[in-house]
Amino acid sequence: MWRKSLNAFMLSLTGLCALFTVSALFFILGYLVWNGGKDISWSFFTHLPAPVGEVGGGMANAILGTLKLLLLAALFGVPIGLLGGVYLAEFGGRTVPFLVRYTADLLNGVPSIVIGIFAYALVVMPMHHFSTLAGGIALAIMVVPTVLRNTESFLREVPLALREGSFALGANKWRMIATVVLPAASRGILTGVLLALARVAGETAPLLFTAFGNRYWSPGWMQPTSSLPVVIYTYATGPYEDWHRQAWAAGLVLLGLVLLTNITVRAFLSRGSSYERI
Amino acid sequence: MDAAFPLMANSGAAAASSSAKIAAHTPAMTTSGASTLRMKVTKLNFYYGKNHALHNVSLDVATNRVTALIGPSGCGKSTLLRTLNRMHETLRHTRLEGEIALDGVNILTLDVTKLRRLVGMVFQKPNPFPKSIYENVAYGLRINGHKGRLDDAVEKSLRRAALWDEVSDKLHKSAYALSGGQQQRLCIARALAVDPEVLLLDEPCSALDPVNTAKIEELLFELKPTCTLVIVTHNMQQAARVSDSTAFMLNGDLIEFTPTGTMFTTPSDPRTEAYITGRFG
Repeated sequence: MWRKSLNAFMLSLTGLCALFTVSALFFILGYLVWNGGKDISWSFFTHLPAPVGEVGGGMANAILGTLKLLLLAALFGVPIGLLGGVYLAEFGGRTVPFLVRYTADLLNGVPSIVIGIFAYALVVMPMHHFSTLAGGIALAIMVVPTVLRNTESFLREVPLALREGSFALGANKWRMIATVVLPAASRGILTGVLLALARVAGETAPLLFTAFGNRYWSPGWMQPTSSLPVVIYTYATGPYEDWHRQAWAAGLVLLGLVLLTNITVRAFLSRGSSYERI
Repeated sequence: MDAAFPLMANSGAAAASSSAKIAAHTPAMTTSGASTLRMKVTKLNFYYGKNHALHNVSLDVATNRVTALIGPSGCGKSTLLRTLNRMHETLRHTRLEGEIALDGVNILTLDVTKLRRLVGMVFQKPNPFPKSIYENVAYGLRINGHKGRLDDAVEKSLRRAALWDEVSDKLHKSAYALSGGQQQRLCIARALAVDPEVLLLDEPCSALDPVNTAKIEELLFELKPTCTLVIVTHNMQQAARVSDSTAFMLNGDLIEFTPTGTMFTTPSDPRTEAYITGRFG
């Protein structure tokens, strides 16, 4: 009797915890839709923020700013992570890859605010002003370890038989990697890149004193820029009722962006392992 | 099998010294004086780290003939095959002593890329690339800077591998859509595309059913006039069916190398006889 009830208790406890995980996401999503859904309109995507104190306006500059920051993060971070991953999986002895891997994992665990300080010292201080470039570099540093480790693990999954097949036809190592291994792992690598970008899309801390913020359009790459996470932070802590509603709406847009990426990637991946199909 | 090995290990040294003498007795010289040597392995020793995998092996590979390597698992037949196009170099901590010549030229002095174009290889399990059928065959041509029409070269190779009729209407479909036997013939077509002088086959039928095995064996027979073939096989009936001469290997020693007919009727070494009559292995 005792054993039976203990069993039932544990079963329901684990079930409840599982349910909590699922409901957390739906609760957040529902709460965002409830609070921010009605404020999302066409002008939200196309207009600049209204002057302080006025109701209305949009976040076009923040959305564009986030996209520009992500573009920079991808431009700087992805090639480094990708080629580093190729090195780890295909070249090197034992000590160097171990060190690189260990460092990448440590870098992955560095608090994002610390990365922001680093980018501040590296880019903002010498230039004497905040810029899109500085924000992009901060995000790029966060993208590198994720892309690196992910690329490495997908490259390692490419069977030895494919490599030998390429070597046996007279390919040298670079040729083999470029024509057989990378294409075979491309689906997984692309997935990792998108997930890494989706993750940094929501980062606020490293942008606070690199990209800073801007109530207007930010021309080029050398001016401070607005971005969705920073706007959410500013508006949510601001004194106006209208700002709070817009922060909810911005949160919904940001979450929608990240969820969409995640779901697309998963659908893409589930169509089969990358070297089983073309 | 286990009981038989200690005996053989004792007589291994004697066999190794006599293997050179046996190797001189090649089918090229005994059956038809017209055929020449394509590859010549002389006193080859091979090491995986400290493991001495091949002991003083000498082997002559006759032009446009099928040479079979047989022996129990771990005897070194695949290792020997892989040294012939220096595929062993993809592994670390290996060492090779002795000489391997292709058309009289030491292969260690050749550019490895060129060597592997001249000496192609087909593996135990079909390993087509995750590309289309067409791109699989064109791969070797592309990386070797082929001049001329790719389409023609691809068709020719697929015809030589007896696969054209089955795939001509789906050249741009995935190679993974083919059956195992078709995939293996695709791998043969891929190897043939760069027009190798020698084709090495490492147990090419071990993953295939009897019908597909028969197709591959027939294919080997058709390739013989234009290509020198070296095949590693576990299957003694297969060696008897397809090869002109057979080498029997055991524990890294080449025990006996004779015309295939002689090997399977009157083997000169008692260990060869024990193996081919099924007493071990």
